[in-house]
Formats: sequence, C-alpha cells, structure tokens
Amino acid sequence: MADASSSTRGDLRIVDVTKSFGDFTAVDDLTLTIPEGSFFALLGPSGCGKTTTLRMIAGLEEPTQGSIHIGSTDITNTRPYQRPVNTVFQNYALFPHLSIFENIAFGLRRRGIKDVKEAVDKVLNLVELPHLAQRKPVQLSGGQQQRIALARAIVNRPALLLLDEPLGALDLKLRRQMQIELKWIQTEVGITFVHVTHDQEEAMTMADTIAVMNEGKVEQMGTPADLYDNPKTAFVANFLGQSNLIEGRIDGNDGDNFVVDVFGQKIKINKNRSHAKDSSVLAGIRPEKIRIQPAGTAMSGNVLTGGVISDASYIGVSTQYQVEMPWKQELMVFEQNDDGVPPLEKGDAVTLSWEPVFTFALDGREDAFAGSEVHADEE
Amino acid sequence: MAFLHAAGSKVSSLKERRSLLPYLLLAPGIIWLFTFFVLPIVNLARTSTQTPIANGDTGSYEQTYRFANYIDAFIDNKEQFSRSFIYAFLATVLALAIAYPLAYGIAFKSGKYKNLLLVLVVAPFFTSFLLRTIAWKQILGEEGPVIAILRGIQIIGDNTSLTASAFAVVTGMTYNFLPFMTLPLYASLERIDPRTMEAAGDLYANAFTTFRKVTVPLSMPGVVAGTLLTFIPAAGDYVNAAILGNPNTKMLGNVIESRFFKIVDYPTAAALSFTLMAAILILVTIYIRKAGTEELV
Repeated sequence: MADASSSTRGDLRIVDVTKSFGDFTAVDDLTLTIPEGSFFALLGPSGCGKTTTLRMIAGLEEPTQGSIHIGSTDITNTRPYQRPVNTVFQNYALFPHLSIFENIAFGLRRRGIKDVKEAVDKVLNLVELPHLAQRKPVQLSGGQQQRIALARAIVNRPALLLLDEPLGALDLKLRRQMQIELKWIQTEVGITFVHVTHDQEEAMTMADTIAVMNEGKVEQMGTPADLYDNPKTAFVANFLGQSNLIEGRIDGNDGDNFVVDVFGQKIKINKNRSHAKDSSVLAGIRPEKIRIQPAGTAMSGNVLTGGVISDASYIGVSTQYQVEMPWKQELMVFEQNDDGVPPLEKGDAVTLSWEPVFTFALDGREDAFAGSEVHADEE
Repeated sequence: MAFLHAAGSKVSSLKERRSLLPYLLLAPGIIWLFTFFVLPIVNLARTSTQTPIANGDTGSYEQTYRFANYIDAFIDNKEQFSRSFIYAFLATVLALAIAYPLAYGIAFKSGKYKNLLLVLVVAPFFTSFLLRTIAWKQILGEEGPVIAILRGIQIIGDNTSLTASAFAVVTGMTYNFLPFMTLPLYASLERIDPRTMEAAGDLYANAFTTFRKVTVPLSMPGVVAGTLLTFIPAAGDYVNAAILGNPNTKMLGNVIESRFFKIVDYPTAAALSFTLMAAILILVTIYIRKAGTEELV
C-alpha cells in the first residue's frame, strides 16, 4: 500500500456500470474513459447520477453491475483505502480534532511514511496557506477549508483526484477565484481531476472534457466548445447555456448543408451539425449568435422575418430580447451593445439573421424544453 | 408573575429593569440551591468536627472543632473507602465496554429502529432504581436463569453463588448506571459527520484505523461525560452494595448510612461524606485535565 500512488496509473475506465438503489437506477449502463492527466467534469442536474458515479470511483458505493479500471488494474472490488484515489468532499470533511498539518499528513501517515513534514509544507505552499499549519479546521474560513481539503488529497499524489461539488459552499466571487486556482493546480501537479458539478459555467471554465449526465446516462461528452457549439440533444442544448429550438422539416440539400423549412421560411444547417434521425428536426441557434434588425433591412445568411419584440431588457454588456415569431414561439436574442445604435423597443417589427454555420439540428421528436427547467431549482 | 410585576414597578427605567432580569430568572434556582445544598453542606461541615457531649445521651454532640475526626474516620474505614473507588472504577469500565458498541450501533447502524432503541435505553427509568436492583438480586439468585446457565456449562461450581458477592455489586452498579453512559456516548457519536469517516477511508485508513484515529477521538466528549456520570454516583452508591453485597463488600456509602442512621455517629458520617466528596473532586479534576476535552468541539 505504500506505493499506492505509483503502482496504478493510466486512464480511468468505467465499463458498463449500473448502480441501482432498490427500484431506482441512479447510474444506467455507463461506459466512460477519462484520459490520464485530464481535467474531466461530470456535469448534470441533481439526481442525474454524477455523485453516485464519483462515489463508485472512490469505492464508497459498489456498482450493481460493471467494472471500474485504472490503467490495467481492475479496482471494482477493492476497498476505498486500497485505491490510488483521493476525494475532495462537498463539505470538505476535514477532521475537526486534528490540526491542519495533521489533516494533510493523515493519508501519508496511513501509508507508513515517517517523514511527512517536507511533503505537507510543500502542499501548504501550493495552496498558499503555510501559516495555518497549527490551526484547527473550525478556525478557518470556508475558502481556506476548501484549499486544505484539496491539499489533504493531492499531497498523496493519487492517480485520480475526485472533486464532489467542491466550490458549492463558496460565494460567487470566491468560487470564480477558486475555479482559476483549481485549474492552475491541476496543471501544476498533473493529476487526473474528476470534477462533479451542476454548474455549467464552472465545468466549462475548468474542464478539458465534460460529460453531460442526465437520468443516469451520459447525454454527450466533449470539449466545452464542442458541447456548446454542437449539442447532440435538446437536454445538452438547454443545460449548457441557452438555445432557441425551432421545429422544422428537412426539405432538400445544398452542398454541405441541409435546407430546412421552418414554418414556411428556409434556413440552412451544416450536415456535420445535424443529429436528426429523419426529416423532422429541431433547428437550434444560440441567442448571442442572432443579429437583430428592424423589419425590412436586407440581411444575409439564415434569415427569419415577421418577428415582433415582446420584451427587451438592457443589462449593460448586452440587450436581451424576446421576439415573438409568426408561429407564436418566443425566440431569445442577445445583442452586444457595441455598435452605438440605440436598443430596439418592445413592439418593434424585426428581422433575425445568423450565419448558417452556427445552426445545429436535433431529432425533431425531442422535447424542446428538456434540461431548461433544471437550472432554476439548482441555484 | 405577580412577583415579577411587583419588582418591575419598583424600578423606574426600562434599562434598569432589563439589567435585573437575569437575576430574577436565576432567583428560583439560587434560592433552591441555597436552601437545599449550601445550608446542609455548611451544617454537615459543622457536624464533622463535633465530639460527643460527656455523659450526654446517644446522638448528642457539641462543637469542639476536632479535625482529627477526619483522620480517625479515614483510618477506621480505609478499606471501604478504597473499595468504593475500585468498584466504581470497575463498573465504569464495564459500562463503557458495553455502552460504546451499543451507542455506536444506535448512532450508525440502527436505521429506522433508532428511536425505538433509544426509548429502550431509557425505559428502565420508568421503574424505581430500588426495585430494579432487587430484581437483579433475583436474576442472579439461586432460582434465577444466570446461575443455572453458568452451572450448566460448568463455569462455576454448584456451591458457588452469585448473589451477596463483589461480582453482584459491580454488575448491579454497571447495570444501573448503563443509561448514563450510553446516552452521552450516543449524543457525541451521533454528532460525528459520517463523511469524516468516509474521508479517513479515502485517505488509506482501514476500518479499524478509522475507528481509532477518527471515531474514538471525536467521541471523547461523550466518553468523558459518560464516565463522569457513571463514576461519580457509583463511588457514592450504597444501594447496590446493600442489596447485592455481603458484609465484606461494604462501600463507603454503606458506612455513612449506618453511621448516620444506626449508630448515630454524626461527626464520623459527616467527615466521611466530606472526604469522599473531596476525593471524587480531585480525581475528576485530574481526569478532565488528562482527557483534554476542552479542545474538542
């Protein structure tokens, strides 16, 4: 066990893992490979199975089916203390009876390392809290406890570091600062980080790769830009940022593009960004990609006419419009306030346009609102 | 209410009334303690240095400030004195050994039966202490199940009995004080965040090391409270020794009782009471210092 940190290295592989609690399936036949050295985020609303997945990797829950491997070692049936995995718990779970120094030294001492001082001092310096070594956890602020929890885990140089909503208890400003620091520390130590969060912005800021989870399954996995620009499901389109999803029908081809008929108007969608199963589609466009002009202005690209502004809110950096289309759907448009033109007003007739390359297409049978309600009750 | 009202009307400003409020709230307790604790203690202290009136009736004493009463009382009863502490110590250790797993089980492993089990721990209090001790005598008695089983598997011989023995006194005390050990232990175990135990497992500690390095230190406030609540009353107990013991298992409580009520030797009884109190105070102070629980939150 003394070389727990070095014997097992490599990618984390989760193979066909299912976890049921009675009738409830928390994780449903999950297969996932997390490359060594990456910063990986499991993103999803509460109850999507992300924390259960994390606890199975840590060994705190046993999979009902399937196996978990690090490199070539199967760790499915090992106890938590036998795994080269350390966790930063949601509420930090620091030991209240031990000093900060002893908290950090805990894992090293359990592995029979006698001379812990150098390693502990080094990691205390890394989290910039060397002066707190002799304090007790209750004497620290939330942000400081968070860093100590991180230090207590990474001092062991695990093959894998698991972070369970580590920034959830911090206020917004501190959270932003810690996001940047965590990313920096991960680059510094080179350990694989697996980060569980429901905060899409947090996941996008830090992670190289994000797996979006919903109802025990991975909806889509990819880089933050991938997921944002080319979502494959309505859930991903709505959970990561906001999307306008418009019902349409594929009407023909134009080179690399499908021509899609939306309520009588024609738009183009790149075939690479189409995840439609047949001709019925949901055409998706992000609100900030749309240009908005008074009706009658000549515009290029994908153009939708006949909109009327039903709401406009000026929020400084941008103006957010709700535009009611002839088919009674409200579309969101975010317009940067960077052109000196006064914002349009409620009741104005407008034309919307955007570059075809920003459009994506989803299977038309999907629920256009999947994933959009969950944000409200999470925060 | 009428009392508060009257006091309130005497002071003019609201501020003054507010500053009096804490004292008014404390008053019933202070009056109670003064009447039933301070006065008797002073009286006891005075009695402890009295001597018999020459040619007086039995039980009539005069104040002569004879502090040698303490030395005489201690020398005459040092056997019972040390027995009190040995029995109380044994009962405390036994109660801790039984109560810790019990409290641990209730706190972490009992699931939906938690409240039921807690009620069961407290349930004996619904019956009188005296009655339960007499029942214990029957349980250990010649007709009881314990002796039949122990004789059956030949752990004890046919001529050995369990009642009227040091064994019966210590087990009786252990039984009687078990809830006082269990409840504070449960309270402090229940307060432990289970995630600190998960964290220990995550940091390469196996189940036993987790217990030793995390659970036990975090439950120390309960251990200290429980052992004090058991040891202090056990050291002064006389009911168990009177009902379950024999003349050779007398504790200091029994001596004090017989000096007061049978021999009417009030000074010796008073001196013994004070000596016992002082000894317990000293032991408890050393114990709390050593345990260092003030650091545990």
